[in-house]
Amino acid sequence: MDFGYSLSPSSRIDLDLFDRNRFNTLAEIEPDVLKCMACGSCTATCTAGKYAKNSLRSAILYLQNGQDKQALEYLKPCMLCGKCFMVCPRGINTRHLILSILKIYNNAK
Amino acid sequence: MNKNVMVIGGGPCGLEASAQLHKMGYNVILIEKEKQLGGHLAKWDRLFPEGIEAKEVLQPLVDNINGVKYFLDTEVVSINLLDKEYNVILSNGITVLSKAVLMTSGFDLFPAEKKEEYGYGIYDRVITNADLEKFFATGKDPRVVENPKRIGFVHCVGSRDEKAGNRYCSKVCCATAVKQACEMKALFPDAEIFCFYMDLRMFGRGYEDMYLKAQKDYGIRFIRGRVSEVSETLEKQVLVKAEDTLSGKPLKVTLDLLVLMAGMQNAKSGIRIGEMISMKRSDDGFFTTKGSILSLQECDKAGIFYAGACTGPKTLPDTLNEARAAAVSIHNYFNKEN
Repeated sequence: MDFGYSLSPSSRIDLDLFDRNRFNTLAEIEPDVLKCMACGSCTATCTAGKYAKNSLRSAILYLQNGQDKQALEYLKPCMLCGKCFMVCPRGINTRHLILSILKIYNNAK
Repeated sequence: MNKNVMVIGGGPCGLEASAQLHKMGYNVILIEKEKQLGGHLAKWDRLFPEGIEAKEVLQPLVDNINGVKYFLDTEVVSINLLDKEYNVILSNGITVLSKAVLMTSGFDLFPAEKKEEYGYGIYDRVITNADLEKFFATGKDPRVVENPKRIGFVHCVGSRDEKAGNRYCSKVCCATAVKQACEMKALFPDAEIFCFYMDLRMFGRGYEDMYLKAQKDYGIRFIRGRVSEVSETLEKQVLVKAEDTLSGKPLKVTLDLLVLMAGMQNAKSGIRIGEMISMKRSDDGFFTTKGSILSLQECDKAGIFYAGACTGPKTLPDTLNEARAAAVSIHNYFNKEN
């Protein structure tokens, strides 16, 4: 039924509700995910990023905030070209990381 | 003419300067207002970046002043210039005539209760960086619960904050927070630890490595955003609100312990002495040096010298280097005059 108004869900990050299990599993396989310092090099150089919402930096951030669905949104357009791996100043194997994220978070759904 | 040098403040800076001046043949008179030497260093547990014990650094500094006259529990009652010498009357009744006076009066920690929105002194689970060092040293603080599950660190408390009266960066708190966060994780491996920062200023040698280690080995979560307010829950935990500025979303988290990284400001005790002979201070409250690059140890008043945090926030190695530099400046001053 349409009452002529709607409620928008809270977009606040609530770290109290964050179940860290999945993130911990990821960090075990990919300890480098913890090394991200949010510089944005990966996103800046992303071949898909110009045309679609693709950002590894954002994806990592959303995972750290327990917002898994949003995180995956930021990786959908990724073509695994690996260019971000070349620019990451902390040497994170980004391509490998993305594959692991997809494996852990997609399977657990 | 006598070779007296008056050193005001018996922290690491005053100790190092006194030892150097004594070695150079000066008659050093060192005063300290507290009942013990060492200043803030005596109250600290471990030092960044390697986590060396503070006493390992302090002990040699104290040992090295062997032969220097020092008075504890003593303050300056008055200071004035008589001809070419400063006449300093001390609270213990002694009067010193000295051609050179070295201010090593250091800093005070920003009183965290002034940032009322963070609840220091109001909520049970909010402590400061200094309180945490005391806890590390003694293992005792009723505000630290037995097994904290979530711990937060707030950077820039009373720093980079015009409303709090301090626009400048206090320089050492970032590295201190990262060090303390790692120490807490080591003590409480099950705890989740968050650092709320605006910029992480990891400028020193080894600091960036310490930051990387904090992320990778200790799993510390760094959230970019200043904590805006803190409130208490029914369970006496603290609810923290901030913006995660990287995602642009408001964020909340309930913590068992919140540590406020109080910054540095010019010590009240040093300012009191400075006012007696109108030593200039800059907008930031710290003493103004004669030049900003070439003569950092000198005051524009002949015979007054500065070293350490009374001229701005400094790390311990910076401070010790300034102590040595001040000793050389004073030596040159005596040589020029004679």
